[in-house]
Amino acid sequence: MYNFEYQKASSAADAAAKIKAAGEDGKLMAGGMTLIPTLKQRLAQPSALVDLGGAKDLAGIKVEGNAVVIGAMTTHAAVAASKDVQGKIKALAGLAANIGDRQVRHRGTIGGSIANNDPAADYPAAVLALGATIVTNQRKIAADDFFKGMFETALQPGEIITAVSFPVPEKAGYVKFPNPASRYAVVGVFVAKTGGGVRVGVTGAGNSGVFRAHKMEEALSKDFSAKAIEGMHPPADAMNADIHASAEYRAHLVGVMAKRAIAAAG
Amino acid sequence: MPTVNLTVNGKAVSANVESRTLLVNLLRENLALTGTHVGCDTSQCGACVVHVDGQSVKACTMLAVQADGAKVTTIEGLANGDTLHPMQEAFRDNHGLQCGFCTPGMVMSAVCLVKDRPNITEHEVREGLEGNICRCTGYHNIVQAVLAGAKAMGR
Repeated sequence: MYNFEYQKASSAADAAAKIKAAGEDGKLMAGGMTLIPTLKQRLAQPSALVDLGGAKDLAGIKVEGNAVVIGAMTTHAAVAASKDVQGKIKALAGLAANIGDRQVRHRGTIGGSIANNDPAADYPAAVLALGATIVTNQRKIAADDFFKGMFETALQPGEIITAVSFPVPEKAGYVKFPNPASRYAVVGVFVAKTGGGVRVGVTGAGNSGVFRAHKMEEALSKDFSAKAIEGMHPPADAMNADIHASAEYRAHLVGVMAKRAIAAAG
Repeated sequence: MPTVNLTVNGKAVSANVESRTLLVNLLRENLALTGTHVGCDTSQCGACVVHVDGQSVKACTMLAVQADGAKVTTIEGLANGDTLHPMQEAFRDNHGLQCGFCTPGMVMSAVCLVKDRPNITEHEVREGLEGNICRCTGYHNIVQAVLAGAKAMGR
């Protein structure tokens, strides 16, 4: 690991000031579950790290009207254990409970996961399918406008996610086919039924990151059942391929995981 | 170099470390607590698991400076003098190890996993140990040890 200057922020406002002062080679760190391994491999060389770990105002879960609002620095373990999340959006608590392993869930955060936008991370599928709103220290960003391809988001330099607001759906389910070593999703599908229709978020599969399966959404909006999407899957040429799974296999898995997610949604 | 102040196994500790120093290196190299092992160094294997403020974490994937102000417990801090912690005793009774390299991490993960859960199921133990890899045992005796340790800790 290359060395860097380390700064611990005490609040979101303090982090904003510190990352601005650090200039373009400064980097924010949330739980560090992706960033620290990246630094170890010397794939990143920030001059300064601004650690959000001490920003208490960024952690916590609350129910506001018909939404569950999760602070950016809330760990996966806290989301999984939250009675509010379990009660309002059970599929989201279940998703958090199956990210990585217990030790990773004790450190990793929702804000870090979403800001990193790993194409195989779990949270982006939920954010997209539930039509969540990403709240930053500067603005609110709709999920549909946030994810911009692999590891790319709408965040501007120095912009900090403060919370994610999830509207409570009528029904929701998430099922993934995990890589047995990393627990990342080879394919993960989040299905949400809301008053405004059905949304399907797919992670792990697409060759430009998380995406919505619009044809499945149309079919499921008419008939919310696994039968309605029998045989449907996205085109293989839009899928990712690697040593774990070919594009054709991933395309097939999207259909299988989507049907299981609907069953899980009940 | 930044100074970190933390409590390790109940003792106040202060050290000067580079920002890039990992918690596991602070423990092993500065404090000579070599019971915490480095297996993979890529956050997969769990040989480096310690407790930070009561929660199991992988010490190879946390910076020492992030632990400033924290309470850290390592495998050396579990026993009470010559009396083994009930989970350590359970690993011995059930022969929950072969070469022993993964054992410190297994025990630390297990203690955190079963805390206040004396009736944890075998399935829950197996899922809870997903982040700890053992290349010798096939896990059977480890799981038996953790179940027995959970019961003993609940007494």
